[in-house]
Amino acid sequence: MHKIGETSAQILGLAWWKWVAIILVFFSLTAGMLLDVPKLPILHETIRNLYYHVTQWFGMMIILTASLVYSIIHLAKGDRRSDIIASEAINVALFMGTLGLLTGMLWAKNTWGTYWTGDAKLNGVAMGMLVYLAYTVLRGSMDEEQKRGRVSAVYNIFAYVMFMVFIMVLPRMTDSLHPGNGGNPGFGGYDLNNNMKLVFYPAIIGWTLLGVWLINIRVRMRSIEEKRKMNFKQ
Amino acid sequence: MKNVNRILVWLMAFLPYSAFASDVEMADLLHQNGKIYVVVGVIAIIFVGLIVYLIALDRRLTKIEKEEK
Repeated sequence: MHKIGETSAQILGLAWWKWVAIILVFFSLTAGMLLDVPKLPILHETIRNLYYHVTQWFGMMIILTASLVYSIIHLAKGDRRSDIIASEAINVALFMGTLGLLTGMLWAKNTWGTYWTGDAKLNGVAMGMLVYLAYTVLRGSMDEEQKRGRVSAVYNIFAYVMFMVFIMVLPRMTDSLHPGNGGNPGFGGYDLNNNMKLVFYPAIIGWTLLGVWLINIRVRMRSIEEKRKMNFKQ
Repeated sequence: MKNVNRILVWLMAFLPYSAFASDVEMADLLHQNGKIYVVVGVIAIIFVGLIVYLIALDRRLTKIEKEEK
């Protein structure tokens, strides 16, 4: 039987790592707006989007990796809890990916001049998101619990590999406008000064933990729902 | 270090001054740098609001979990 309730150590009635998430995201929102950034043509102040747009994708990829691990655990142990965690992690990752897409489109409009181009990175990420949307459709189409758990765990492994190929490998093999792809240097290369790293790295951790918090709430809700369902059957 | 100090000063200065953001007499910190501090203040208020809401949700869920046990 899966556990119900919060398991990690608490400060003022809230798990400690949730406080870390709050502090780091607050830091990224304030320090990210106020600290000095490199003065670059075209980008100007929008280079600060590194703290908000890029961190959504980093957080999404970290959460998808965690989901993959839980899917493998589910295949090994067949337990219900890791199946729930893996699926709810994908739901939150898709939410963060949607935020990443929307913020990226706004950024592209004001630097590249258009919301969307046929760029390998952009199309790749759109396909990657569709692969994960298919996961939720696949999951929703099955009622039998054990079968659903195993099929979606296997599909998750496939989806993870496809997603990484679409956004990490293919854009690097062609021309791309996106920094860090197709011969373009990423921000890490020449213009990410130490001042920016001071905000960027905590921001990644903070936004990721905020996503984990959302997963935590969804998993706990699902656990209660599952428990009620089982009580109803008996 | 200079920047860190600036943030600390801002954090300490912002709360008491925020109510007078439109007051010309208070035109010091909040009116510098093209008033970026005002925007940061707005972002901070929205973020704090969202977080308070999220904490309230979390607490309520904890209560339900205790009832379920």
